[in-house]
Amino acid sequence: MTALRCSGLSRSFGALAAVDGVDLAVAPGARHALIGPNGAGKSTLFRLVSGTMRADAGRVELAGRDVTGLSEVKRCRLGMSQTMQHASLFASMTAAETVALAAARHENGPISLLPRRQPRVAARAEELLSDVGLAGRGGVAVPALSHGERKQLEVALALACRPSLLLLDEPAAGMSPAESARLVELLRGLPPEITVLFVEHDLDLVFSLADAVTVLHLGRVLCSGTPDEVRASEAVRAAYLGTGRREELFLS
Amino acid sequence: MTAVDAPAVPGGTAAVSPRVPRGRDGLVAAAVLVVLAAAPLFLAPFATTTLARILVFALFAVSLDLLVGVTGLPSLGHAAYFGSGAYAAGWVSINVTAEAPVPLLVGAAVGAVAAALTGWITVRTGGVFFLMLTLAIGETVQQVANTWESVTGGANGLTGVPAVRAGGAPLANAGFVYWYVLAVFVLGFVLVWLVARSPFGAALRGIRDNEPRMRAIGYPTALYKYGVFVIAGGVAGVAGSLLVAQQRLVTPADLGFLTASLALLAVIIGGAGSLWGACLGAALVILIRDALGPGLGGHGTLLLGIVFVLVVYLLPRGAAGLRLRRRSPS
Repeated sequence: MTALRCSGLSRSFGALAAVDGVDLAVAPGARHALIGPNGAGKSTLFRLVSGTMRADAGRVELAGRDVTGLSEVKRCRLGMSQTMQHASLFASMTAAETVALAAARHENGPISLLPRRQPRVAARAEELLSDVGLAGRGGVAVPALSHGERKQLEVALALACRPSLLLLDEPAAGMSPAESARLVELLRGLPPEITVLFVEHDLDLVFSLADAVTVLHLGRVLCSGTPDEVRASEAVRAAYLGTGRREELFLS
Repeated sequence: MTAVDAPAVPGGTAAVSPRVPRGRDGLVAAAVLVVLAAAPLFLAPFATTTLARILVFALFAVSLDLLVGVTGLPSLGHAAYFGSGAYAAGWVSINVTAEAPVPLLVGAAVGAVAAALTGWITVRTGGVFFLMLTLAIGETVQQVANTWESVTGGANGLTGVPAVRAGGAPLANAGFVYWYVLAVFVLGFVLVWLVARSPFGAALRGIRDNEPRMRAIGYPTALYKYGVFVIAGGVAGVAGSLLVAQQRLVTPADLGFLTASLALLAVIIGGAGSLWGACLGAALVILIRDALGPGLGGHGTLLLGIVFVLVVYLLPRGAAGLRLRRRSPS
């Protein structure tokens, strides 16, 4: 049983095969990192997994269930939740309202057409905000939050969907070292029932957090394994960090 | 005074929009209601009729604001549901009964059904595409009203509509008609206001702000847009039934492009998203068109155009932005 399994997943844009027959298995409870140079297809793969974009071929299984044909909304209801690479929030709302919006959908029954007090939703929003380090910032309008705070709010919003699989697209991008350290703390502290698959460019963060790493290169899986195996791999070094010897830049 | 007058909302109830002390708002609303109810006692008959027209158009504008301001769906065909409701209420008054709640309920039902029949096409789109599709639907419905003579009276319109009856007696005097219009307006306004403040309304504002993100957190947005489209159509149908109660006549112009665009104008002048702003906008539009227009030799629409340009330049948030200066958009 895997939390997420992709098999033969492909998507092309014209002649460019952005994701080309990717097989990926994420174990339950894993902190699985997806890395690769720019243009490797990480973001496209994320979109195929979350359902924002339809795959040309292949299948996606969430906890053993085929979700390839399901919409993004249905996948979210089945426990898949995501944060966006560029914080994508609601400009007219406060931080607390933002989280309450997702909590109301996943906490209560149907969404009411008449105003009503939702103490459980409010409490859950409060709890999530303090979990991600935004305690006391609930009343602040989203546009007034700093970049780092918006990324934290993204995580709270994703967690409000009560996910079993959390997809984080570059959660630390643009964060200060302090903010990024707090994010690592937060992700470490997530309960083991939540499986995390994340894309990240900051390799220090990747190797401090991940227990499994998959390297994508030109739309294909180059290598997959434990952080130590990946760190030791020559192929990864060549693709990701460039060639070891300068003359290979010109000769190979 | 920007972020300061926005007190932190403990627990973040999902459906609060304007952050003003609730007690003061309630007092203002009660005062406005008392003045409106007493209006026929001290206003001249023509002014009373104009005020009734304003209330009819305001309810129509409020229903459109639910789409434009709250959900972010700019519609140019909303008069189709207003007019359908008016025709249905008028037809029932002539052929079945004019007893009070019947024309109203029929108007609401026909407005909602017309919106349900056409809405499933429009809600799959957004922005300019939504605008164009609603425009096309509005034009089509107007054509139907023009050609289906046996029911709608064709280009002459539906004439000879009897006065609304309440408790067996017809409301023949303009003053009683005004009170009937006011009562239904308050009912419709409160209904829309409740929807806008509900968790459903919060989801609608989420769709306006960022529809893809709403899908990502598990909201089937097309369904929500369809739901609000039908509700707005139903309320527009109620406003249509008031139109026929007030002017006792429906013409194809009432569901045409001009009516729809005047309503959109009212919403934008008033400040999209603020329901009472839409009422102010509607008042301005009707005053200029009906009260000032005749004195300007039929150039009322020109004046409206100038007002519109001024509002867009000077008050980007509309009249509602004057008082409610919200958080700075840093």
